[in-house]
This record gives sequence, C-alpha cells and structure tokens, in this order.
Amino acid sequence: MTALPDARSSRWTALTALVTTSLLLTACGSGGGDSTGGSGRPASGGTLTFAVGSDAGCVDPQQVASNETIYSVRQIVDSLTDQDPRTGKIVPWLAKSWDISPDATTFTFHLRSGVTFSDGSKLTAQVVKDNFDAVPKLGALGTLAEGYLSGVKSTTVIDPLTVRVTFAQPNAQFLQATSTHSLGIESSASVKRTPQQKCSDGVVGSGPFVLKQYVQNQSVTLARRTGYAWGSSLWSKRGEAYLDKLVFKVVPEAGVRAGSLQSGQVDAVSSVGKANEAALKGSQVALQRRANPGIVFGLGLNNARPALKDARVRQAILATVDRKQIADTVFPTGTRAATSVLAHTTPGYTSLAANLTTDTTRAKSLLDAAGWKTGSDGIRAKAGKKLALTIDWIPNPGTNQPALELIQQQLKAVGVQVTLKQLQVTQLAPTLQSGDYDAAWGNVTRADPDILRSSFSTALANFYRLPKSGLDTTLTAQAATTDTAKREQLVAQAQQLIVRNAYYVPIVELQTQLGVAKKVHDLNFDASSRLQLHDTWIG
Amino acid sequence: MRGYVIKRLAQAVGVLWAAYTVSFLVLDYLPGDPVTAMAGAGMDSGQVDPARLAALRHEYGFDKPVPVQYAEYLGRAVRGDFGDSVSTGRPVTATLADALPQTLQLTGAAMLFAVVLGGGLAVLATYTTLRWLRQLLLSLPPLGVSVPTFWVGLLLVETFSFRLHWFPAFGNDGLGGLVLPALTLAVPTGAQIAQVLAKSLLTALDQAYVETARAKGAGRWRVHLRHALRNASLPALTVVGLLVGQLIAGSVVVETVFSRDGLGRVTAAAVTAQDIPLVQGVVVFGALIFVTTNLVIDLVYPLLDPRIVVASGRRAALA
Repeated sequence: MTALPDARSSRWTALTALVTTSLLLTACGSGGGDSTGGSGRPASGGTLTFAVGSDAGCVDPQQVASNETIYSVRQIVDSLTDQDPRTGKIVPWLAKSWDISPDATTFTFHLRSGVTFSDGSKLTAQVVKDNFDAVPKLGALGTLAEGYLSGVKSTTVIDPLTVRVTFAQPNAQFLQATSTHSLGIESSASVKRTPQQKCSDGVVGSGPFVLKQYVQNQSVTLARRTGYAWGSSLWSKRGEAYLDKLVFKVVPEAGVRAGSLQSGQVDAVSSVGKANEAALKGSQVALQRRANPGIVFGLGLNNARPALKDARVRQAILATVDRKQIADTVFPTGTRAATSVLAHTTPGYTSLAANLTTDTTRAKSLLDAAGWKTGSDGIRAKAGKKLALTIDWIPNPGTNQPALELIQQQLKAVGVQVTLKQLQVTQLAPTLQSGDYDAAWGNVTRADPDILRSSFSTALANFYRLPKSGLDTTLTAQAATTDTAKREQLVAQAQQLIVRNAYYVPIVELQTQLGVAKKVHDLNFDASSRLQLHDTWIG
Repeated sequence: MRGYVIKRLAQAVGVLWAAYTVSFLVLDYLPGDPVTAMAGAGMDSGQVDPARLAALRHEYGFDKPVPVQYAEYLGRAVRGDFGDSVSTGRPVTATLADALPQTLQLTGAAMLFAVVLGGGLAVLATYTTLRWLRQLLLSLPPLGVSVPTFWVGLLLVETFSFRLHWFPAFGNDGLGGLVLPALTLAVPTGAQIAQVLAKSLLTALDQAYVETARAKGAGRWRVHLRHALRNASLPALTVVGLLVGQLIAGSVVVETVFSRDGLGRVTAAAVTAQDIPLVQGVVVFGALIFVTTNLVIDLVYPLLDPRIVVASGRRAALA
C-alpha cells in the first residue's frame, strides 16, 4: 500500500490487500506469531477508533476547514456529486445527472429520488435551494463554502427533484465544488439553525453515518445510518456502511498518537510526520499517503517588489532551489518535489518537471545578466543595494521551518540573502493583503484547477501582485469552459505561464500521511485527500 | 478580623481587574484578529475576500476603537457575562464551567500526589541517619524541578501506557486516565514542596524546643512529626498557595500531552485562535482561583500557629 501512493481504486486496494495478506501469511509460515490478515473478506460491524490531532470546535461540515475535523464530519453528509480521486472526474451521488450551460453560468441538477435525511425528512430540490441560500450567510467559519458559491445569482426549484443554480459570471469550478464536504447537503431543519448552533450541536445529513455525540476537544462519535441506500457511484459497497461506529479521539501530541496506534489503543491516526515513521515501522501498522491536490508548497513572490519585478531574478530563484533535497530531508517519506504549480493529484495538472530542475549555473548567469554582481561578502548587489529577500511564514505545519532554512542556504549559495520572518497564523492573510512582503510560504488544497484563478488572477485578490497579462485571459477562459479536454488545455497553459514567468516558486507537494492498523481495510482517500469511510471494514 | 477580610477581598478584586486589563492589552497588541484567524484556519483553505472579512469584523465589533471595546467587555464582565467565544459561539462562562471539573480533578489529584510524595520525601530525607540516603533523597527535588513537564509526561506515557498497558494514554475517562497526568503535574510541584519542607525541617530540628522535647524523652518520630513538622510546615503551606497557580499553568501542557479536556486545553485553543472573550474569561477565572486559594491559606495560618495574629499581616514575617 505504502509503495503505491496512486493505488486508490477499490480494485487496486483489493489487490494490495491480497498481496498484503499473502505476505503476512508467508511471514506467519516462517516465524509464527499473530496474523492480522483476517479472512480477507469484508465484514460488517465493529468500531473504528481514529486519533486526530486537533478539533476545529465545530461539527458542521459546511463550516469546517481543518482536515482533522473534515475526516469525521464528512461522513455525516452526502454531496450532489462525487469526484474520482484517480481521474478527477465528477460523478453522480445525490444528483444522478446534471446539465451545464455552455457558458458555465447555469447548473441544473437532477436529484436521485428516495433519499432521506436521518430525521426522516426527504431530499428535495427545495432542500438543496435552502442549503445554497443559507451558505452565503454562514459567517467567518463558512468562508470556504461561501467562496464556492460566490457570484451566485439565484437557486431555483424547477420541479421537486430538479434544482438550478445560476451565476453572474462563468463558474466552471462550481461542479467540482458540489462534490466537496463544504457543500454537503443538510436537512431543512438544520439549515434553519444559526451557524453557531450548527457548529456546536452538529447537523442532520443524509450521509452513511449519523452524529451521535460531540465532546469539544475530546471526541466525535458517529453511528451507521440504517437504511442508507444512496451512496456515491464511486463506492464499492452498495447500501449501508460496514462499520457500526466511528470514534474520532482528539490526541494533539504526535508521539502519543503514534504510540497509541502501536499499542492498539486506536486503529488509525492522522498526520504522521517523518519523526514518527520509524516508530510505526515494523509494527502492525501501514502508512497510507496521498498528495493533497491544489497549489503546492512554495514561495509566493511579491511580483511588485523592485527586485522581483525582473523576471530573471524570479527565474533565478526558481532554478536555484533543490526541491528533491528539501522533499527528502524534511518531509514525510514519499513526498514529491513539485513538478508544477499544481500537485500531481489535481485534475488538469501538467508535468513541468523539465522547467523545475535545479541549475545553479543558469541561476547565476541570469542574476549576472540582470545586473546583480557578487560582492565581497558573497551577496549580490546592484547600485549599492543588496539582493536580499524576506520570506514570511507561519510555524504550522512544523515542516515549514526546516524547509525554509534549507531554501535559505540554497539561495545563499548563488548570492541571494534570505531572512526568515515568522508570523502568527492570524497575521499571514493581512500581510498578503497589504502587499508589504517579499515572499510568503504556503499552499492551498483544492481538487479543482480553478484554484489557479483564485490565486493568480489579477481580477481577484491578486496577493502576489502579478502584472496584468495573457495569464488573466487564460484563467478566465478555463472558468468558462465546460469541455474537460479544452479546459485541461487552458489549465496546462496557465501552469506553463506561471512557472515560466516564475510568478510563484513551486517547491514540494503537501502529502497527507495516515497510520492505519493492518486489520483496517479500505480506508480510502477521496479526491481532496480526505477520507471516505463507507467502504472501510475491520477484519 | 472582619476588617482584615474586607481588605483582602478588595485586594483580590484589584488583582482580578489588573489581570483582565493586562490580558486585554496584550491580546489587542498582537497583530491579526480572531476573524482572520477563523477565516484563515491555516494557509491551507484558500484566500478570503477582504471585503467579507471587513464585514465580519464589523459584525463582531472588532472595528470599534480599542477603549470602546475595552469598556464594553469590562462592563459586561462585571455582570458576570464574558460574552460568547468567537471561534465556537458558545458562552464563555458555559465553556469554562464545562472544562473546570476536569481541571479541578487533575490539579486536585496532582496536589495530593505532590503533598504526599514531596512531603514524604522531605520527612524521610531529614529523618534518616544514613548520610548517603539523605544525599540521594535531597538531590531528587532539584532534578524534579528542572526536567520539563512535557518530557516527564511523554516518558510516563511511553512506559506505563505504550509498554506496560497499565493506563490509557489519552482521554478523560475514569480514574485510570487521571493517574499519569496527575503524576506528571505533581513532579515539579512535589519537588518544590520537598525542597522547602526539607530545608525548614532541618532548620526546625536545630531549634531549642526540639532539644527540650528530646530531653523530655520524646521519641525520634514524635519529635520529628509532632514538634518539628508542625512548625516547619508553614513555609511549605505558603508555597502550596503559590503552586496552585503553577498547577493551573501546568495543566496547559499536561492536558495537551494527555489529550485531556479542561481549562488548559481551552486556554491553548483560545490563545491560538486569538479568541479574545475566551482568553479574557480564562485569565480572570484563573486569577480568581489563585486569589481565593491564597485568601483561604492566609486565613488558615493562625490555626496552625497561634502566634500569628491576622491583623499583623503574615507572609512577610514567615518568608
């Protein structure tokens, strides 16, 4: 499993499970001892205990942005669509089909009939409308969902099972957005409650699990929904989920999470860092990993800064960084060096590995050509000004600091002086907004290439202060294109423009790594590298 | 006596007000605000429309001038209303009331361990006539004070939970889950009690009244426990009062290591999210516990030592 980060289809998992089982059997044959391979046949029942690192203080899927809480609350709601983690294709879930207007402004969903929420109420077009009408009023915690629906003109009920969402501007990303937990559909009764009530008491959904208990900072307990029969078209099991109960325990200390998994006090843990990999190796635990789709970790350059306005300086930085060294020394095993501004798991990703090689000779000649000459202290200067760069960063996740310290050393070797400035989480967004920074370190998870438009279009926030260019046209065009092949072409073009102009310096992909006891099977990643637990079984 | 209590109460209110004001100023001075903290939720969730943030700030009243915000918060706090937590929307007082029993259990158990272990160590170290044993025992408290709580916690979990499976590694369930975190918290606390008590026991054993007691034929144990310990326990009691504050502070680390719910976890989360109302509530509440404990201890002194008259003040004379 661990060696096959791409193997996520049920067929593949079944195969890997078979391989694992046979390996275990061989191991038993030679050394004896306990076998956890089980019968190899999925069985219903049992409780999965999952230790996560934090609690968002909220159990409303529409308002939660932290992965560690999405893992649990995702299971409560179904979405209109689902996204295939392998192909990025959008497939039916609560909506059995949909039509999109050619200009990508109008989305009509045809709902499946017979779907009920756990309070007994029926899923209708009106419920979907109630949800989409309420989302823009969610408030501070709902910004993710609000963003997906920004520019919405109206949601109309066409007939009891047909609902139409109309946008003011072309908005191709909306289809993928309907597959996310943020736009998971909640019952009418839940939607009517205040965002705060939804947060603390949870919501009623139509999902494969029902919220039983939420103890803040302690645990989220879910129970199987009986009579569930409208699972995503991607799932291998029809009908109800295998597991009786899911218990998510909040265990903030990574070492305690790892030890608890190893000593059998929990069945799975989130956020396994490099430091804990060794402790989990050789035990009855498998590490499961997948790169998060979206914008990779990298340096968001302030393209309006005098030194960084020069494309040659930006390209020199891009060519200097040794991505592989950073990925291998700092990040969990299996983390990939960036091969585009998008992670390879993002739909529409195109490999630009050839443009992202390390070539310090080229970097030096670019800087020479730009007029930055090496001074006596090894730092380049032009007209008495040093080539100095301050990188703003936040301490979470813990890999940020060592990664940046490596980048600092690497850039120093070509004569660029880097200062690292640590910010509080709350400071980062205002800093980017104010424009008073040289470069900022970060990433964004999103399984739709429209994240490029959110991050790089000069018509939107434009935190990186890009100049107006043909990139804008490409980004706007992809948002208005519903034809997948055509859209992918435009998205590839946008990635090329961003990387060739070095508006952003891609470094490494963010990888989600879980520790899972070997008795737990089919604990699957969804397209956003979060979890789907309907098909999960213990045996 | 009544005048004394009133004066002490007035001091307590002053301390509470100061704690409230200082924490407000510190939080206000920090860059960023709760709204960006919430909307940001790390860098991972994409950018948020600045206009939307401004609207939210207005909704929560964070765009008002600082003195106005302060006056509003303080006015409500005086009436016992600390407002709602920004990050969860729950009333601050309800959040604290939920967390308090867990922390009281933890700190109570830790104090018990600390007094029994620390006190026992001090008595044993001063009673023994074996030089090496005394040296060994007296070297333990400095060690206990200097090792980080965090490390002690992880060591205990590793040994007694992961290896021996005696206690659970996390959670609030049952007495079993209380043992390791309470022990962790008791190590530095007990060590300080042991240090102070051992020192004052040694001093007390040199006093003339001990000679007198011995001359009268009292046994060693009797002299040690009845005569010396009673007098030597006053400084230790003062330390216990101060240690209550340390225990509450220590619960931030211990509750995180052992994944326990309680005031410490609430505090850590509130500070990270810059949840001003909640942090304010925690600070005032912590100060309240501290002030109350010390008030009670002040009132207990005369019971232990009849020579202390409340009117003449106390701690200075003892320290």
